[in-house]
Amino acid sequence: MDTTVNDTTKTAPHVDIPALRAQDIRVATLAGQEILHGIGFDLHPGKILALVGESGSGKTTAGLACMGHFRQGLRLTEGSVFLGSEAASGNLLDLAPTQVRLLRGGTISYVPQDPALSLNPAMRIGDQIAETLQVHGFGSSSAERAERVAEVLAEVGLASDTAYQRRYPHQLSGGQQQRVGIAMAFACRPSVMVLDEPTTGLDVTTQALVLQTIDEMAERHQVAGLYITHDLAVVATVADEVLVMLSGEVVERGTTEEVLFHPQHRYTRKLLNAVPDLDGKRRVGDVEAITGEQPLVFPGPHSPGDQRINPLAEPGDHGPTSSTDLLEVSGLELAYGSAQILDGIDFTLGVGESMMLLGESGSGKTTLSRCVAGLNDDYRGTITLRGTKLAPGTRSRTAEQRQGIQYVFQSPFSSLNPRRSILESVEVPLKMAGTTDKRERRSRVLEALDRVKLGASYLDRRPGELSGGERQRAAIARALVNAPSVLVCDEVTSALDVSVQASILDLLRTLQLETGMAMLFVTHNIALARHISQSLAVLQKGRIVDVGPTDEVLTNPRHAYTRQLLDHVPTF
Amino acid sequence: MIMKLVSRRLLVSVLILLVVSILVFVATLLLPGDPAQAMLGQQATPERLAALREQMNLNDPVAVRYLSWLGGLFTGDFGYSAATSGPVSELLGERISASLVLMGIAALISIPVGIVVGTYSALRRGKAADHAATITSLVLAALPEFVVGILLITLLSTTVFKLLPSVTMAPPGEHVWNYPLQLVLPALTLVLVVTPYIVRMMRATMIEVLDSGFVEMARLKGVPERQVILRHAVPHALAPVAQVIAIQLAWMAGGVVVIEFLFRYPGIGQALVDAVANRDVQVVQAISMLIAAAYIVVNLLADLVGIATNPKLRTESAR
Repeated sequence: MDTTVNDTTKTAPHVDIPALRAQDIRVATLAGQEILHGIGFDLHPGKILALVGESGSGKTTAGLACMGHFRQGLRLTEGSVFLGSEAASGNLLDLAPTQVRLLRGGTISYVPQDPALSLNPAMRIGDQIAETLQVHGFGSSSAERAERVAEVLAEVGLASDTAYQRRYPHQLSGGQQQRVGIAMAFACRPSVMVLDEPTTGLDVTTQALVLQTIDEMAERHQVAGLYITHDLAVVATVADEVLVMLSGEVVERGTTEEVLFHPQHRYTRKLLNAVPDLDGKRRVGDVEAITGEQPLVFPGPHSPGDQRINPLAEPGDHGPTSSTDLLEVSGLELAYGSAQILDGIDFTLGVGESMMLLGESGSGKTTLSRCVAGLNDDYRGTITLRGTKLAPGTRSRTAEQRQGIQYVFQSPFSSLNPRRSILESVEVPLKMAGTTDKRERRSRVLEALDRVKLGASYLDRRPGELSGGERQRAAIARALVNAPSVLVCDEVTSALDVSVQASILDLLRTLQLETGMAMLFVTHNIALARHISQSLAVLQKGRIVDVGPTDEVLTNPRHAYTRQLLDHVPTF
Repeated sequence: MIMKLVSRRLLVSVLILLVVSILVFVATLLLPGDPAQAMLGQQATPERLAALREQMNLNDPVAVRYLSWLGGLFTGDFGYSAATSGPVSELLGERISASLVLMGIAALISIPVGIVVGTYSALRRGKAADHAATITSLVLAALPEFVVGILLITLLSTTVFKLLPSVTMAPPGEHVWNYPLQLVLPALTLVLVVTPYIVRMMRATMIEVLDSGFVEMARLKGVPERQVILRHAVPHALAPVAQVIAIQLAWMAGGVVVIEFLFRYPGIGQALVDAVANRDVQVVQAISMLIAAAYIVVNLLADLVGIATNPKLRTESAR
């Protein structure tokens, strides 16, 4: 490691004593493989340091190491963590477990990634906050602690009355749960806070609210924050300084401005290039994937720079004119009991057209795409493919209709059978279509894998040996193998890192260009809009509130909800 | 909300019991032999047989007999035993309490032991103690109850050590629990048969819970390890374990038959074996219904534990 703590002190000379100083932290697996190669940083009161990196870069491990916590199978080999105010107590990592326990949640607190998993589902939220206070001996009586619980709930912008405190986590929305998590972390007035991707999984509006809460709380109480994230747009919103991690090493550090606008390291620049922006100025996807993925993704047969600048501008180039409606959805409704999930959806998708279906969690976007694919057959209304009305369920559709609409699922980690080789998974649609010749199936699978830039070497590998991006490519290959006319992509990039996301977007655009298929791209990430779709439909509470060509909707949103979404998008 | 859930479960339980009562009644109808003949013996005159049949309502249509039997069940009238000619309830009263004592002792030992050993095993995952617990419980789970019983007899009361009596021999009219030493072997057998399942289930759910986000969060907010385990982890592991315990308790209600027979223990199991041998139809019916009722009650209790430990089932979701 060439970077040491010395440069961090240089980047923040205005602050006196750091609230936390981590030095040369090395963590290895029990088998002896080192995964953190000497990480060091300082956290200063009232400032937030962002720890940026892709999955597997060791950022969570580094964050947890500050709290003296190592997950199953990991151990510390070297390093020290000093808490500023407790300098006398020495290296936190050398302390006895009971002493570390007293610091955790008291002096240094943690906000977890997924509040739905991290709050105890069987304990009332007030009790969970009070428990933190009680184990740290905060306040002298339970009345005093109850007062603090109410106070801290109010501070994070939640109701503080007893009825609210008596709620269970499942009675709160995702954003409220996360604010309970933050309240819990602030309860004992810590001096340092470790925030592990606290807004991942929240939709933009809620994310904006939670980020604002974190920012205000850190500022007001002069708490030093370590913000772990992979989302560079969020970094721009909250962080004062940034640390970029790659495979267990810090490759770049500096103030947010320096890192985001004048990146020095090659990796940082690539990471920044991969971030989709709402304005569509960056050409996301013309980048190489850089995490041990396929090394290079060239943008199809086109050389970068000619049609690639806006390859989707003329969809009519491929196949018949776009005035022919390939897929038509009208009056689609679906209700579970009294809950109306879809409330009269109408839209049309032309040949070769790509439409983004944008919506927050609970807007019904996944239900809608499942109805289109026939995975959900409880709907009312009509779905027409090439002028023929489709039966509700896949089972009552003809083989040809089924092949016409193919589906790619959100998580490639669960959509591929772990016990089947890639060949076995990808050839399933062919078998269903009645291709009996084994050799023909193999050659068609190979062709599909080729399309998604996976070679013959992947045929006999199992999903467990593939990275997330490679798995998603295999899943796309499975959808492509029967040459569908509509591809439904349900949040296909949300489980992936930004650079992998970029390569998948690139791949989807190239495929669309090559095959002329139409695409329904379902997502909650509005920033992707200009990078993937020609038209944009905004979904709210089961209704399409705004629809039109992407540019038109983004520059001239008609509905208040679209404007609200656009306002909350973190940008830099 | 919770009352609605519980009352729905209760209703379902009653329906199941009704169905079971029909099945039991039909099954005993199909048993070969004539109850009147069985009561009076081979030498009975046709007149006396006819008179007894009339007295026992054996000449009524099947549906009427079923309904009057069912009505009897609700009023605690289980009919008359063919073997003793006394009321079934009198015959079984003592037997039931003897069996309940045996099962109660076994449950009181095996449930806490199972939960503690399973939890400990999960906490020491992959270490020697865990392996020992896993192997022991697998071996015990693989052995049928009578083999366990015979092995214990061999080990503790005959060949190896002569420490405990191998059969129960309480003088008639005296309670079995006046002779605690005689209870040890049958209870121990039941414990050894039931505990392994509880251990395995507790270990599996506990491992899952210990890996969950809220347990890590509890540790990261500085909760002492003891409190992490007892307050955050164990309650979540209990609901699935309660289901297994219920199945085990229900199994005990039927499984005692073999074990009571093996140890000559004067409980309902032995009564059932005797009743079948004697064509004592009313007793067979009564015991079958009792065992079915026991199954249903323990499963209902397990559902209640599940509701109690999972607020999602008993509170409205207020999104």
